[in-house]
Amino acid sequence: MNGLFSPRMLRSLLPPLSLAVLLIAIFYLQPRTMSYFGLNLLLNLAIPIALATIAQMFVLCVNELDLSIGGFVSLVACITATWLYDTPLLGIAALIGLVAVYAALGALIHLRNLPSIVVTLGMSFVWLGLAVLVLPTPGGKAPEYIRTLMTLKPPGIPFPIIASVVIAIVVHILLMRSAWGTVLRGAGGNPRSLERAGWSLLRIKMIMFALAGFFGVLSGMALVGLTTSADANIALRYTLLSIAGVILGGGEFVGGRVSPIGAVIGAVTLALAGSFLSFLRLNPDWQIGAQGAILIIVLALRILISRTEAKR
Amino acid sequence: MTKDAPVVVLNGVEKSFGAVQALRGVSLELWAGECLGLVGHNGAGKSTLMNVLSGNLVPDTGRIEVAGSDITDRLTPQNATRHGVRCVYQELSLCPNLSVAENARITHPSISGPGWRRRARALIGGMLDTVFPGHGISADDIVGDLSIAKRQMVEIARSFAVTTTEARVVILDEPTSSLDAVAATKLLSHVRRYVEAGGSCVLISHLLGEILETSDRIAVMRDGGVVELDDAEHFNRDSLVAAMGSVAEDARDSADRPVIRDSAPIVVEARPKAPDSLALAAHQGEVVGLAGLSGQGQTELIVDVFDHASGAQVEGSVALVAGDRQTDGVFPLWSIADNISVGSLQRFLRGILIDQTQARDFADEWRQRIGIRTPDVDDPILSLSGGNQQKALFARALGSSAEIIVMDDPMRGVDVGTKQEVYGMIRDEAAQGRTFLWYTTEMDELRNCDHVYVFREGGIVADLPRAEMTEERVLHASFRADA
Repeated sequence: MNGLFSPRMLRSLLPPLSLAVLLIAIFYLQPRTMSYFGLNLLLNLAIPIALATIAQMFVLCVNELDLSIGGFVSLVACITATWLYDTPLLGIAALIGLVAVYAALGALIHLRNLPSIVVTLGMSFVWLGLAVLVLPTPGGKAPEYIRTLMTLKPPGIPFPIIASVVIAIVVHILLMRSAWGTVLRGAGGNPRSLERAGWSLLRIKMIMFALAGFFGVLSGMALVGLTTSADANIALRYTLLSIAGVILGGGEFVGGRVSPIGAVIGAVTLALAGSFLSFLRLNPDWQIGAQGAILIIVLALRILISRTEAKR
Repeated sequence: MTKDAPVVVLNGVEKSFGAVQALRGVSLELWAGECLGLVGHNGAGKSTLMNVLSGNLVPDTGRIEVAGSDITDRLTPQNATRHGVRCVYQELSLCPNLSVAENARITHPSISGPGWRRRARALIGGMLDTVFPGHGISADDIVGDLSIAKRQMVEIARSFAVTTTEARVVILDEPTSSLDAVAATKLLSHVRRYVEAGGSCVLISHLLGEILETSDRIAVMRDGGVVELDDAEHFNRDSLVAAMGSVAEDARDSADRPVIRDSAPIVVEARPKAPDSLALAAHQGEVVGLAGLSGQGQTELIVDVFDHASGAQVEGSVALVAGDRQTDGVFPLWSIADNISVGSLQRFLRGILIDQTQARDFADEWRQRIGIRTPDVDDPILSLSGGNQQKALFARALGSSAEIIVMDDPMRGVDVGTKQEVYGMIRDEAAQGRTFLWYTTEMDELRNCDHVYVFREGGIVADLPRAEMTEERVLHASFRADA
């Protein structure tokens, strides 16, 4: 485990390196993006994706999977664009209620020992149905303060970069550095040992799901702040994007191995991959496939690195 | 702690799992400043007893006192920990995704707040230095990256570490199994230092030398009870082994069975990979027992035979009876009939489809032959008791056309009545020319075998024909002579 080039080091360097390679390729194809305005445009939509990815990461950290995050973010976006705009109190209450429902889902999955995939797949239809009820046709309006925040033009560094860094650092401190977060992660690594040491797994699952709900709410609000209006289908692709983002960022499906910084980098990489492919003048029909190809390349590299590690 | 009040009192502790009585009224006292050695053959109840003391199992009856307070009614791991009972489990209980220091935080909740990481590092690093000087582990290493031996060291150091709760009693369940000799010596001398400073320790080990050297007193368990308890100096290796076996050898009712070896052809030949291992040979129609402590390479050999792996010469097809029903055996969502017939599906093919009626009749026939207690083979497999589920797995293997049946400790947790029925069936099938390889951890089952091989540390160390097979010889071979 010595030096900069140990497999473990390489593995943790892979996400930032892939992001750097992608950025350089974009700058090369389209030099005009290398400006304050260009970066702003390029990275804007990465913020809600990054928040949704963080939400997914909390769930993955306790060995569960959330297939409803896309529908959930859509519902939050619809509520933000309607109730939160028209009757702020009702809107806030609804959003807090949604976080509570997420915590309750965590409790249900733990107590009844249900597969989270099934529960959240079911919930994704519930969220989508509710979103259609709240906002039957695309429309609504973003509350002014969210709009202002999302279109901030701080001097020097574009807002999306600052936002991504802040999200990554805050969650990193919360989950990776604090004594409290250590216990939460331990629940993904060896739940039985946590229980023996006197921690309540029920409470941990509820906290993790509540955190996922909270970041899902932030994601929906950020999304409306950017798009200024909402639509029940606005964020459905976030489900797969968020899972891919966590994995791309070095996280794993089981064992509590996640990285908030990696997850944000993964989300930004996926958001950029779309732009990169447009700059290549690739037919939009091919874009999803090409995005998948990028994912496969990065994951294949990771497995190669892990193999060399296992060989030693 | 004065000498006249024991730290731990176990009084009449009983525990059953279904039909199996794991503990039959164990009473034991543990004093401050002593190390109690606990020995016994597989399934004697050592681990169950320690799981009761550490709060992981609630006993059916009996009383448990720690440091003068009765904790029987509030027996949880947390409460046991609060009273100073620490346990190093046989299967490790560290979180592999966390660092060494972070793992210390998990069991020591008082390490929190700003600067917790520094304190956790100091705690676990200091303890590692005390117990295993020169360990070469950094408190920031991720546990998953460490070798098994180093993980074991971390786990042990974590249990001895003291924060707000004292470590009054430390239970070490096979602590040296994954340590090398140097680290094991360091641990055992730490145990002595800890005990001399007034702590109490329960040491469970299969290495009798370790037990004899380190313990003040030794308790020998057999069949869920403590059969002997005395000062360590009153024991030696032979008397311990003798105490672990049953006192009276059964009359050799089976001696009249003919020796198959001389005439029948060899159908299985295999040699475990461990150096200096003897080879195993099974002749047609034999029941060959694989004995020894659990996890000494028996399952690996059985899997090799089943796979027709390169190290094993196998004449004929093989069927397996799994021991771990839940993971390797039953299809939990299927019916009893499906679970039985899945071993012989080839036979029911009509073109590319399965003839369901024929498969069901086949299952029903086996239900009657083997005596599975169910009104209907279409009921789900999980509606059966453990013993009857196991019978269904036997039916799957025996119903297939395989000439060789390998069994991976198949009678775990099966009641006595079922066992007797299955023994009879195995003998009948063997008489008809089938060959059995039977890994078992129970001495009684070895008496049903024609030939027994004893495994130790991945190799075969003894080759006993039925006439020479005694419990004492199997036990002697199972424990290393130099340990």
